[in-house]
Amino acid sequence: MNVDRRTEAPAVLLAAALAMAVLLGADGASVLSARSASATGAEPGVALQAAPGAVAASVHVFPVRENVYVLIGAGGNITAEVHAAGVLLVDSGTAAASSQVLTALRTITDKPVTTIINTHVHPDHSGGNEAIAKRGRTIGGAGAGAGIAAEQRAPVFAHENVMVRMSSGPDATEPGMWPTETFFNDVKVLTKVFYGDSIQIIHVPAAHTDGDSVVFFRQADVVSAGDVYVTTGYPHVDRARGGDIQGVIAGLNLLLDLAIPNLRSEGGTMIVPGHGRLSDYADVAYYRDMVTIIRDRIQAMIDRGMTLEQVQAAKPTFDYDRRYGSTAGPWTTEMFVEAGYRSLTPTPPPASSGR
Amino acid sequence: MSGSGPLIVLLSFVAALLIPGVTSAQRVDVTGEYAQLFHEDQPERGPGPEVGDYLGLPINEHARQRALAWDASLLTLPEWQCRSHGADYIVRGPQSVRIWKEIAPVTRDLISWNAEWSRASETYREIFMDGRPHPPEWAPHTWRGFSTGRWEGNMLVITTTHLKESYVRRNGIPRSDWATLAEYVMRRGDVLTWVTIINDPVYLTEPMIRTTEYRLATNLNPPPFPCDAVIEIPRPKGAVPHVLPGTADPTVDFAAKYGLPVEAARGGAETMYPEYRERIRRWSASRSGDAAPRSADGGADERR
Repeated sequence: MNVDRRTEAPAVLLAAALAMAVLLGADGASVLSARSASATGAEPGVALQAAPGAVAASVHVFPVRENVYVLIGAGGNITAEVHAAGVLLVDSGTAAASSQVLTALRTITDKPVTTIINTHVHPDHSGGNEAIAKRGRTIGGAGAGAGIAAEQRAPVFAHENVMVRMSSGPDATEPGMWPTETFFNDVKVLTKVFYGDSIQIIHVPAAHTDGDSVVFFRQADVVSAGDVYVTTGYPHVDRARGGDIQGVIAGLNLLLDLAIPNLRSEGGTMIVPGHGRLSDYADVAYYRDMVTIIRDRIQAMIDRGMTLEQVQAAKPTFDYDRRYGSTAGPWTTEMFVEAGYRSLTPTPPPASSGR
Repeated sequence: MSGSGPLIVLLSFVAALLIPGVTSAQRVDVTGEYAQLFHEDQPERGPGPEVGDYLGLPINEHARQRALAWDASLLTLPEWQCRSHGADYIVRGPQSVRIWKEIAPVTRDLISWNAEWSRASETYREIFMDGRPHPPEWAPHTWRGFSTGRWEGNMLVITTTHLKESYVRRNGIPRSDWATLAEYVMRRGDVLTWVTIINDPVYLTEPMIRTTEYRLATNLNPPPFPCDAVIEIPRPKGAVPHVLPGTADPTVDFAAKYGLPVEAARGGAETMYPEYRERIRRWSASRSGDAAPRSADGGADERR
């Protein structure tokens, strides 16, 4: 029976059929009620559902907290915190995605970008610096507390090693891409009045690169991890830019120190990975366990005198490869094992002068 | 017969339509508190499985290696102490379950069936019946996952995605966060049958199917599970207990304890089918009078 046939049926037959359905059980009734349920959908506020998020071209906006969002699809993940005066971004995506990032931001606020923080130097996280900063505003300007300054550009914060690499050497970029506010100590603090939250930019030495930072939004209880933590593969230990597997593990343990889970070790502090899905304490712990176990295996093989080729042939990552491994692309399992091996192999001292 | 007869019949049927209690999209009411029936696998579900027992699990080599590297001391880490079981495991676990329904206050439509066990996830499972889509791939994963349901006849069919990593067996056999879960829930009188089918492209070669039964027990109340992590064993910061490859093989000990070929203890899809018992019988027969352990196909067991 369906609704269309029902409307064509004589009233008596209709009533009889429906009544029989009721009297025989729920089967018949569900034909109508199922339609009703699908037509009405959920009542707002009754049950949890992760909103699908606004979409701007290929950049997706997904809510993390009331005023914190993650933008997916612009290269590396971008965290956006909306505050009274503007928007703070952690990372800026690729240069090519800048206009899509700005369009995506317009779906959540009409306020300007007032702060950008780079978690590291790679262009999938810092490539949008210039284009997005130029469309932003600086709060404060020439005089502290002067409000929105005349300069039409958002400041870009990063560890000084990001600046060093962007301003010279193989990663050199145009000056417009460079950080405008650098720090060299362990932690840089941004105040709530100007940046919308009490924010700690915490340097993680020699991890994914030598300029990594994780950003802790203390009020929002969100941590942006940069590429110290990703859910899409093995950690990219960029040895050419000062990365080290021991630093990655230290960074993962730092994330576990910062995060406080809710009941049963999930939820609570939300962690935005450099790539992949939104995470929490337990997700980072699983990942930390995996990297630590692989590190220990490689170390044990090195201790037995095995060469890099022998270590790679022994497949120390085998049990995790179907989840995190790759045989092609920019970061393969072999490259990860090599980076781990070289991180754990003492660098030979420089050759002596002969005396 | 008077002319009012058909009208009376009609009114009777219409009145029957007004009987309250048949809610939208509901064929069978599964509401209630149910106790687990431990007529199957009690030692595994209660005290816990033996280390090295992977029998009857359709696992691949990757899962096996990960299990061989598992150290029970992992559970003493603060990050692990308070974790809940995954949605797929808890159904087979040792806990009673409470099921209730969430009804939209205005439309009275069924929004979700909710289910909670002790030591389940951060909150109760919600099985949405209102047609909402599953979240995008970048949404968080939880141990309860994200579930939607529909009726097939009198059977509640549940599809769950967005699961956190968990385990197929509590001795190190992993289930990945890429797994999805299909469930079929049937109520026959006071007995509730709950079928779970795990599809895991990372660690399983075939779907892992379990059927678990509960009985209605209205005097039950799934207890709370408060938990605060503590330092159980002082360790260097970040240390993760595990067994290095090649240093131990608990499947050998398990096989020896129960007189099984080692390959049976190591699991795999073939070990979950009834035909496998015949292979073990042949193995046992070949072993009688032969001190050297042999593999299940009769050959010398090179792993001993």
